[in-house]
Amino acid sequence: MIEQLIFYVFALVLLFAATMVITVRNPVHAALFLVLAFFNSAVLWVMAGAEFLGIVLVLVYVGAVMVLFLFVVMMLDLNLGSLREGFMRHFYIGVPIAVLMAVQMLLVVGSGLFAPETLPEARMPIPEDAGNTHMLGSVLYTVYVYPFELAAVILLVAIIAAIMLTLRRREGTRHQDPGKQVRVRKADRLRVVNIPSASRKSEQE
Amino acid sequence: MAELTEFIWIMAKIVAILVPLILAVAYLTYAERRVIGAIQARNGPNRVGPMGLFQPFADVFKLLFKEVVVPSNANRFLFLIAPMLSLMPALAAWAVMPFSDGLVLSDINAGLLYILAMTSLGVYGVIIAGWASNSKYAMLGAMRSAAQIVSYEIAMGFALVGVLMAAGSMNLSGIVNAQAGPIWNWFWLPLLPLFVVYWISGVAETNRAPFDVAEGESEIVAGFHVEYSGTAFALFFLAEYANMILIAALAVIMFMGGWYSPFHGLPVLGPLFDWVPGIVWFVLKMCIFLYLYLAFRATFPRYRYDQIMRLGWKVLIPVTVVWLVVLAFMIIVGLGPWFN
Repeated sequence: MIEQLIFYVFALVLLFAATMVITVRNPVHAALFLVLAFFNSAVLWVMAGAEFLGIVLVLVYVGAVMVLFLFVVMMLDLNLGSLREGFMRHFYIGVPIAVLMAVQMLLVVGSGLFAPETLPEARMPIPEDAGNTHMLGSVLYTVYVYPFELAAVILLVAIIAAIMLTLRRREGTRHQDPGKQVRVRKADRLRVVNIPSASRKSEQE
Repeated sequence: MAELTEFIWIMAKIVAILVPLILAVAYLTYAERRVIGAIQARNGPNRVGPMGLFQPFADVFKLLFKEVVVPSNANRFLFLIAPMLSLMPALAAWAVMPFSDGLVLSDINAGLLYILAMTSLGVYGVIIAGWASNSKYAMLGAMRSAAQIVSYEIAMGFALVGVLMAAGSMNLSGIVNAQAGPIWNWFWLPLLPLFVVYWISGVAETNRAPFDVAEGESEIVAGFHVEYSGTAFALFFLAEYANMILIAALAVIMFMGGWYSPFHGLPVLGPLFDWVPGIVWFVLKMCIFLYLYLAFRATFPRYRYDQIMRLGWKVLIPVTVVWLVVLAFMIIVGLGPWFN
């Protein structure tokens, strides 16, 4: 009873936040509503028993991805007027596409292919003491090891490509080399000279 | 009815955690001023109450009675919600903290992940505060802080991966129980590089000196909270100190054997100290780390921003990756007394 109540509260907040993401005018507000949406869906996952996925959603999407998102959105000087131009022109193409996607999703989800009792994994007995993380790991590294490794390699390539795209070396900029700074010795920088002091009288003459 | 009594019982436990925590925050500010005072050969606050012990309360009442000024072009809602967003995760993380054997509010399996998720949320308070104040300095502080926290979270996460490899569990009580034994059985010894990396990134995550560029007063006044006053500022202050205590408590649990006494399981010394409750050892070890925070602030000059980034990405992260490989070998050969 209480559990259902909590579910509906979080589900309603999730739907509200998701609607606000695409309707609010300010992009920073939209990003923050997206954070709220992620957070609520994480709660729903935890309630469904997927505590690992729920917490990782918060950790990765809320804690890292959305921070960078906000970072960029706040730095950009977005012109809201130009973003709204041509809304009516694209409207007539957008509506059929949206309807098409909704029908496709209904066909796939409503076909019963994803009902929990039809999935072979769902019928397997789950040991009482096995943690969420342990179960996920034992499947990922045995049954799905090749897709998993492939995804990891693709991500690695993407990381290197992203870094290469932004790596520009400008001529003429001066960089510090910490290695050189550490290796420096007193003799390289400092010279003690012995200058005989001259008396004032001899200077005046 | 049973649900209601359980609910009230949980609420009572939450209060029993939060009240000592907030008191600890109050006296940590006092300790900070006294310790730094002693390091700089002066007295620190010693006028309010015996030895200045009521100083934190005087400060709290001063802040509570001050006006909260909202800048004219600030985003009012976000401006006021930002301090709460920075405090809430710092308090919520304590839900899974085991203070002693079995003395824990919520004994969940993914406790370590939960802690990481909660500490990564704290940055929102800083970013939203910086943006909503509509001020250049606040914005610069928020940007610095966001970049710093995101970078050091990676090093910290890797260090904690080492801990969960060594303990074979993400449950915080399980991690402590994997270290049962005298002081050389604790994880600080086999995971020494990860321990050092964890502690450095912990100091950086809490935006404390020498990594406090987010509020570097000599460059950007006070950074992200420059426009805040009164209670709103007090909440930021509370969040910073609650986070410090949290990082210290985590260091104790991950690397310093949690509630175990340093003589646990030794022939003569072990039974001699058996009467001391576990929570006393836990708090004592936490105090060592909290003192380190204060000593760092008094003795180290502030890092330059590019140096912070280089330290995080080019020193700490490679160290953790190398040590994870070494650790894997240590676990495979079953190196005693930790992994056999």
